[in-house]
Amino acid sequence: MAGATYVPIATQTLGSAVSNITFTSISQAYTDLVLIANFALPATGDATRIQVGNGSIDTGTNYSSTWIYGTGSTASSGRASSDTSTRFAGAAVGPSTDFATGIINFQNYSNTTTYKTWIDRYSGVTSSEVNAMVGLWRSTSAINTIKLFNVVGSNFVVGSTFTLYGISAA
Amino acid sequence: MANPTMTLIASNTVGSGGVSSVTFSSIPATWTDLVVKYSTRTTISGISDDVYMYPNGLSTNSSGIQIGGTGAGTFSNSNTYAGGFTDGSTATSNTFANTEIYIPNYTSSNYKSHSTDTVLENNATASYMALQAGLWSNTAAITSLQILAPNGVFVQYSTFYLYGIASS
Repeated sequence: MAGATYVPIATQTLGSAVSNITFTSISQAYTDLVLIANFALPATGDATRIQVGNGSIDTGTNYSSTWIYGTGSTASSGRASSDTSTRFAGAAVGPSTDFATGIINFQNYSNTTTYKTWIDRYSGVTSSEVNAMVGLWRSTSAINTIKLFNVVGSNFVVGSTFTLYGISAA
Repeated sequence: MANPTMTLIASNTVGSGGVSSVTFSSIPATWTDLVVKYSTRTTISGISDDVYMYPNGLSTNSSGIQIGGTGAGTFSNSNTYAGGFTDGSTATSNTFANTEIYIPNYTSSNYKSHSTDTVLENNATASYMALQAGLWSNTAAITSLQILAPNGVFVQYSTFYLYGIASS
C-alpha cells in the first residue's frame, strides 16, 4: 500500500484575530508537510512571512528565497539572501473579506543531514497578487516548528484557517 | 495518527467523440477542501486554449490573475476565469496539458479562492506554464464544478479527477 497522504496533523480556525500562527511539536512521522492557509488580512494590508525551527523558531539570518510575482498586469522575479524569514505573501496582502489561498510544501522536513527547502504558492485575486516562491533554511535540524507572521503586526481576520498535513512516502 | 484524507470523489475519462464540458455534481459537503486534476486536449484550431471552471455551473462572479512563462518570457494578466490551459488540435500529437486546482473551504460562507497550477509542454516553442489565482465571489457552498472547453471539445482520453481533503 502506498504511503498515507494528506493526514491532518493540526488545524487552526481563528475565533479571534491574531498576528501570527505557530505549529509546534510537529510529528516527525512523515516525509513531507503541506500547510494550507485560507486567510485574509485587514484592508490596510501587510506582508506575511515564514519562519521555522527545531524546538524554537530560528530568527537568525539563515533564510533565503527566490520568487516570481504577478499582479495581473506585470510579472517580476526577485530574491533575498541571508534573511531572517522567507516570503509567503507579498507586500500588499489584504483585504478583509476575500480569503486568499496559500499552499506551502515542505520537502523532507525531518531529515537531519540537509538544509531544508519549501515551495509556496499564494493566490490573492482581490489583492492582485499571485506568486510562487522557493525558500531555504540553512540548517540540518529537523523542522518541528513553523510560524506564519505579519511583518507590521496586522492580525489575520476571524475565520482564517490554517491546516498542516503530513505526506508519507512509504 | 489521524486517517489519510485525500480521497477520490469522482472521475471522468472522455470517450470517443469528445465532450464540451465535464461536470462533477452533488459534491458532498463532507470535506474541508477540494482538489481537481485534469489532463486535457481540445479540438480548438491552435496550440492552446484556456479552460473555464465554473462553480455551481455559474459563469458569473469568477475572476482570476495569473503569472506564467513561455520558455522565452513571462506574462501576467487578469481574466474572468482561472481554470488552466489545454492543448489544442495543432499541439504536438498525443500531448495533453495538466492542471491542478486547490479549493480550500469550499463549503464556507466566504467568497471562494483557489490556486491553479497548469502546464502545457509539447516539444515546440509554444509551451506554457502558469500559476493562477482564482476567486468565485459568491457565498454559497460549492456543490458542483463544471469544467468547460470554451472553443472546442475535450478529446478522447482527457481525464478529470475530483478529490476531497478533510482537516480532521
